[in-house]
Amino acid sequence: MGRFLVRRILQGLLVMWLVTIAAFCLFFIDPSGPMSVARRIGGRQATTQQLHRIIHDLGLNQPLYKQYWHFLWGAPGRPGLLQGGLGRDYYFGEPVTHILYQAAPITFSLAIGASVLWLAMGLASGILSAVRPRSFLDRFFTTIALFFYSMPTFVLGLLLLLIFYFDFTTKLHLAWFPAAGYVAFSHNPWEWVHHLILPWMTLAVVSAAAYTRLSRSSMLDVLGEDYIRTARAKGLTERRVVLRHGLRAALTPIVTQFGIDLAVLIGGAIVTEQVFSMQGLGFEAVQAINNQDLPVILGIVIVASAAVVIANIVVDIIYAVLDPRVRLN
Amino acid sequence: MTTGTSGDVLLRATDVVKHFPVRSGSIFRRAVGAVHAVDGVSLEVRQGETLGLVGETGCGKSTLARCITRLYDLTSGTVEFDGADISKLGASAMRPYRREMQMIFQDPYGSLNPRRRVGSIIGDPFAIHGIASGQDRRRRVQEAMELVGLNPEHYNRFPAEFSGGQRQRIGIARALALRPKLVICDEPVSALDVSIQAQVINLLSDLQKELNLTYIFIAHDLSVVRHVSDRVAVMYLGKVAEIGPSEDIYQKGRHPYTQALLSAVPVPDPRKMEGRARIVLAGDVPSPLNPPTGCRFHPRCPKARDTCVSEDPPLIPRLGDPPIHAAACHFPVEVGEDISLSTPQISESERVIEGGLIGNA
Amino acid sequence: MTIGNVGATGELDLVTGTGPVEEAPEAAKVIQGRSPWRLAYERLRRDRAAVISAVIILIIVVCAIAAPVFASITGHGVNQQFRVIGLKADGFPTGVGGKFPLGTDDQGRDVLVRIAYGARVSLLVGVVTSAITVTIGAILGLMAGYLGRTVDTIVGRIIDVTLSIPFLLFAVALAAVEGGGSITLVITVLALFGWSSVARIVRGQVLSIREREYIEAARSLGAGSWRIMFIDIFPNVIAQVIVYASLLIPLSIVSEATLSYLSIGVQPPTADWGQMIFEAQQGGLYQVAWWFLVFPSLALLITTLAFNILGDGVRDAFDPRADRLFV
Repeated sequence: MGRFLVRRILQGLLVMWLVTIAAFCLFFIDPSGPMSVARRIGGRQATTQQLHRIIHDLGLNQPLYKQYWHFLWGAPGRPGLLQGGLGRDYYFGEPVTHILYQAAPITFSLAIGASVLWLAMGLASGILSAVRPRSFLDRFFTTIALFFYSMPTFVLGLLLLLIFYFDFTTKLHLAWFPAAGYVAFSHNPWEWVHHLILPWMTLAVVSAAAYTRLSRSSMLDVLGEDYIRTARAKGLTERRVVLRHGLRAALTPIVTQFGIDLAVLIGGAIVTEQVFSMQGLGFEAVQAINNQDLPVILGIVIVASAAVVIANIVVDIIYAVLDPRVRLN
Repeated sequence: MTTGTSGDVLLRATDVVKHFPVRSGSIFRRAVGAVHAVDGVSLEVRQGETLGLVGETGCGKSTLARCITRLYDLTSGTVEFDGADISKLGASAMRPYRREMQMIFQDPYGSLNPRRRVGSIIGDPFAIHGIASGQDRRRRVQEAMELVGLNPEHYNRFPAEFSGGQRQRIGIARALALRPKLVICDEPVSALDVSIQAQVINLLSDLQKELNLTYIFIAHDLSVVRHVSDRVAVMYLGKVAEIGPSEDIYQKGRHPYTQALLSAVPVPDPRKMEGRARIVLAGDVPSPLNPPTGCRFHPRCPKARDTCVSEDPPLIPRLGDPPIHAAACHFPVEVGEDISLSTPQISESERVIEGGLIGNA
Repeated sequence: MTIGNVGATGELDLVTGTGPVEEAPEAAKVIQGRSPWRLAYERLRRDRAAVISAVIILIIVVCAIAAPVFASITGHGVNQQFRVIGLKADGFPTGVGGKFPLGTDDQGRDVLVRIAYGARVSLLVGVVTSAITVTIGAILGLMAGYLGRTVDTIVGRIIDVTLSIPFLLFAVALAAVEGGGSITLVITVLALFGWSSVARIVRGQVLSIREREYIEAARSLGAGSWRIMFIDIFPNVIAQVIVYASLLIPLSIVSEATLSYLSIGVQPPTADWGQMIFEAQQGGLYQVAWWFLVFPSLALLITTLAFNILGDGVRDAFDPRADRLFV
């Protein structure tokens, strides 16, 4: 297991390195020269003088490999990526890391809460459907899953807002759900949950639908195997058969899918943050694009990718725990 | 290409060795061992003859076949086809030789692409070598189908719509489409019902006469091999144990392993069966990862002596046999000798005990 | 279409072991085999839900193509603003009914007409993206799986990186760099991030197919790598690819809508469903003009649902299971 872990971490580092190269290429390379790059960073309104200053500050005139090195390690006065520096936001001069530091907890609360919810809902409904195929319960879950699976996240979010916030509050006079905002867990745990319920549901339901389908089909595959039939013949209770024997095998494709979905999760978070006006990473990213604020976007891309890579490593470890064959590879 | 006269050496394999490395390690995979699939095999095949190649599963016969046809690269040794050294040729250099040297595979269900129509499958050789196209190709494919006894109307069918025997015929049609000189049949009938086996074998015989083919016939069923082969080579654990004319092997097998194989062939007459001594070999074939020292057969051989543990016997004629009949054994079997009565004279640690493996794998 | 009698002319004589030879093989007539495609198509035809979905999709396509017809019937152009009759006295859009069957938007434009035009964007992006993604993914997956070692490693690393970068974020970033979104950007980003999943699936299949005997047979015949990849391996992989493509269409549609919602997709004033929903959210407008939110959402939902059901149907047609719910 140890060797597996080491190998996996090394792979992750390699991928992260490639990601930094990709990000660097995207932002700092332009066929028409350093002026265009500077313009991207400075924004549409930047004057020529400001552009020249940017070129000077960021060393955009230097050969590419040097620029990459500065980006990665840093130059005097400008800590690079590995030292925790991501440049400054070009409008308020605020260090990008600072912005990210404030925005990240919001996104992570959203993401982690939602994923727990969707895994729970998806697995539960999928397993229940698989255990009684073609029953009313099965048809019900499958139809609902299909319905929600076809709905974009933001549509769901807005509809939820419309019904639960607006209609409830104004027509039913039940101010149960807030419209927007975020309250930190450290301030007030109950309010934290209170404000996150609708966003969590928005983000979770669509994915839960996908996981219902996936776990239903995976579970059905496993329950059809001979060894399950043997377990039943041995006299084990149905519950034990399903949960202890069936689930373990059925979980593997789900874990794989979850790993892939982690990257999508951030995207879903972006949309949800927009709908509910929560100032997480996604929201900041969209702001940044409206302001043409490249350093912020660059920072978010790198941080988000790092989070995905780390989460993927965790997922792979879980996978290895579930399926010992993987460790031997 | 030369048109050799009957009797010329068509294929010569010299000291062919094929090892498959076993790798370990996570990032940088080092070779920690090797499977000695083929460990020094030399043989010749003459134009027009049929060389039978027998042995247990895992003895390396299929690997040898693939080395000869260069589906694998050789670890060392040479293969000469029609006078030319094809041991190290790259894919494009090999291509012209592939017209002359074809293979028929064992699994009628796996050797045909289930998603392609039969006409397309048999037409492949024509397409690959740019020989015929369009109507001309179709006509020739249908000729090939008739040659092997298939209905040319079934040109557009999928393999799934044919029986096992018919599929094997498709494979034969594909192999013979370009009229090769040498055909290697890798257990062509092992996966078929016995009644169908007879048909296919007869078909192969007829085709050999009709098209002047040379066969290497690989099988593990001795009775089948005896029927079709002019000469037979017996393989064990990557090396040739004995080689000679078919009847000599069956009547005067010199190697104890050959005798053991022969004694395992059932004979239809119950009375004859009772009278025969069964030579039962202990244990399984050792792992090719770590072959025994000296003569590879010594752990299971009823006649093993100390020389057998230390020296690997060369493949030469024994006991006054003609040059064409060679065996790799220090203490070959005399005619009439019953080796089920022999006892090995080597220490216990070198032997297989009652069905287990010794010190290998 | 007949299968023909297996017993008839193909019969082999068990005694002599030879078969009959056809008398006159001039232009031998040929019996059509029942291909796996045919079988799949028939299964699909019997799937009622899939057929209904296909019809719905057809209707949507017709609406998209005939969008100008909607404009001429109602007399409202797609980008025409009717600030007088379209907006009420307080500046809010008029509701459903009357001259505007589905109401107006914040600028007095006819929602119905815009939805019809919006269908064009969604369908176009959905189908084109799916086609491009699947093509790239299949080719690279084939290469990675068959050509092995170096190619596989390089492609594998690229896939890893692609799957690690959150696509939406990257789209946002790219839009920032490019100075705004566009339909090309949408298709590019979707294809750029979509191909890796296809490639992985295809590669996995290729790895197992590669060891089969018929591939060995092809090599022994002298076939080159590219011929083997596309003529021997690909037909065994294409079913999966088609299923993936049909399930990718609704995903692309949703992604496009999402990108437009974030203002990095199709730019205004082009009509687009995601865009319309974004506009409906501005200033809480949807709270007083629910139709502006609901109808584009419905359009999206129905389209996506129809494609999803059809996609499920296609998948079941190629790989039938005993536990299908609605028969």
